[in-house]
Amino acid sequence: MTMNATAPASARGEASGPPDPDPAGSATGGAPKRGIPRPKSTPARRGSVFLSAHPRVRLGFLLAAPLFWLGLVYVVALAALLVTAFWSVNSFTGEITTEWTLDNVITVLTGSLYQTVTFRTIGVALLVTIIDVALALPIAFYMAKVASPRARRILVIAVLMPLWASYLVKAYAWRSVLSQDGILEWVLAPFGLHTPGYGLPATVITLSYLWLPYVILPIFAGLERVPDSLLEASADLGGKTWPTIRHVVFPMALPAIIAGTIFSFSLSLGDYITVNIVGGASQMLGNLVYTNVGAANNLPLASAIALIPIAIIFGYLALVRRTGALDNL
Amino acid sequence: MTDPQPAIRLTGLTKEFGAVTAVDHVDLEIAAGEFFSMLGPSGSGKTTVLRLIAGFEQPTNGTIELFGDDVTKRAPFDRDVNTVFQDYALFPHMSVLENVAYGLRVRGIGRRERIERARRALASVRLEQMGDRKPSQLSGGQRQRVALARATVVQPKVLLLDEPLGALDLKLREQMQVELKEIQRELGITFIFVTHDQEEALTLSDRVAVFNDGRIEQLGTPAELYERPSSRFVADFVGTSNLFDDAVSRALLGRGGVHSVRPEKMAVGSGETAADVRNAPGTVVETIYLGSGIRLVVDLDAGVRVSVLEQNDRNRVHDDERGDRVVVSWHDDDVVALGGADVASEPAA
Repeated sequence: MTMNATAPASARGEASGPPDPDPAGSATGGAPKRGIPRPKSTPARRGSVFLSAHPRVRLGFLLAAPLFWLGLVYVVALAALLVTAFWSVNSFTGEITTEWTLDNVITVLTGSLYQTVTFRTIGVALLVTIIDVALALPIAFYMAKVASPRARRILVIAVLMPLWASYLVKAYAWRSVLSQDGILEWVLAPFGLHTPGYGLPATVITLSYLWLPYVILPIFAGLERVPDSLLEASADLGGKTWPTIRHVVFPMALPAIIAGTIFSFSLSLGDYITVNIVGGASQMLGNLVYTNVGAANNLPLASAIALIPIAIIFGYLALVRRTGALDNL
Repeated sequence: MTDPQPAIRLTGLTKEFGAVTAVDHVDLEIAAGEFFSMLGPSGSGKTTVLRLIAGFEQPTNGTIELFGDDVTKRAPFDRDVNTVFQDYALFPHMSVLENVAYGLRVRGIGRRERIERARRALASVRLEQMGDRKPSQLSGGQRQRVALARATVVQPKVLLLDEPLGALDLKLREQMQVELKEIQRELGITFIFVTHDQEEALTLSDRVAVFNDGRIEQLGTPAELYERPSSRFVADFVGTSNLFDDAVSRALLGRGGVHSVRPEKMAVGSGETAADVRNAPGTVVETIYLGSGIRLVVDLDAGVRVSVLEQNDRNRVHDDERGDRVVVSWHDDDVVALGGADVASEPAA
């Protein structure tokens, strides 16, 4: 804004200002005028030109590889599974008979073993999900809204760190923690409490630990997207901590929370290794599939059992689709 | 609004962020019912003062009084002040009506009454038809008015506005300035308005505090600030000024010190001869056509480049061009002394 009180340009020589009809042509006039060379026309360049003019071709190239992968590995494999469930095994030869039958599906739906295991699996998955969300919410909130940028980076690394170790190592670590003479027993004994030992509670604890990072990260990302000014606005309008969490933070984080639950729920539903390691004698759906594929050599029955978690997950996804949570994955 | 207490009294208010002092011993009293602006460049501490008054930040030192009550240590939800945020901070998952009713809801006011009051508040900003929409379905100006309704529905004693018009385009901004002024007059509550737009501050305010480096550089009415800036910074920041440093002042005015003259107080002509008129010859460097006026940039022979604003009215006779020799003249009355030999006028060279 200031017309600066220094010497005007004219007093310092014609160094600045708009292009002058300067006859001397002093500073830049010496060198010949040289343009920037035009890019050469190479095949790659012609290809780029073609692609930039044909968006559909571009899209086709972009999608070809992922669509191929999705089609062959995912859809075809799933379809094969689906089909196998409607075949049967010749009990004498152990060969698969490719005759259509609903026997396997009916067995799985009506057999009391399968019903019990299904409900147990759903129960474990739900419990793991609830525990993970309860643990993840405060951690994610602290990471997203309270911690300094430096502390936030450290916490993100800390949350991700367990994922660097093998799943098996972590499950066996919990087996040792939960054992009758393990750390947990040693810590709890002075308070008159005992380790739950191996069984369903141990399974829930271990699965909750395993899937916690998958729940924290989406909730953290969701909360990070809530502008600080909204929290300030709530406080400004008279909202104390709890009303602010209930009316502002929770509704805005809900899609992210649901995204997190999809991970913990579906991962728990399909798990069979953890329950083998810390679950004692209890079985989950995954164990039944595993036994039927391996020891029992009944692939069609295993496929039919595998349809149960698929159906449950589809039901769950249909339920959460309405909340808009799937936009957040 | 006959309260003899000032609405806001800041005493020795200081805020440090690590090694940076954002607000440096600010003392300030704002009268009840006043439209008060805090003007300054970004980083001058004006927004921090606002956030300290709202309670979003805790001061390092000093106190904040609201109608005589010391609120320095109180949480934001425990202060009778409300804020209109720069980005409006409307809750995206709530409808416009729910947004406006939020302050009433968290105060435990019944559903029927809060909806009734929120509707009235929306009507006062002429948005009664928009209650069911989501904030994302509104234009910038409408969101701005929702934010205003949301902050005023809880009847605060002081309303804080953090650059509320910054995101609007020029036409809308001018329209909202008029509306803000009307709303303030209707509600009769104290408005504290933060802006970096000097024109906006001059247009709206009863009084303006110009902030620089965490301190109040000058406090006064818009006319005082514009006509009699007390420092080089204010002369430069509020409006456009032609600044004469010590040497130029000696040559042109016959006395030392730093002085300023507004461009519209200068005229380009062939020189006047009245006793209180100063004439200075120079060369036109640039003429800029502004529509309602013409700005001439002239290099005076005394060694300073000045900007002269001429009205494009029927009295305008000259058509000066680049390179023309002209005489720039101004009245002695229009020269503002900005204190003694300024540090800026003593460069090593």
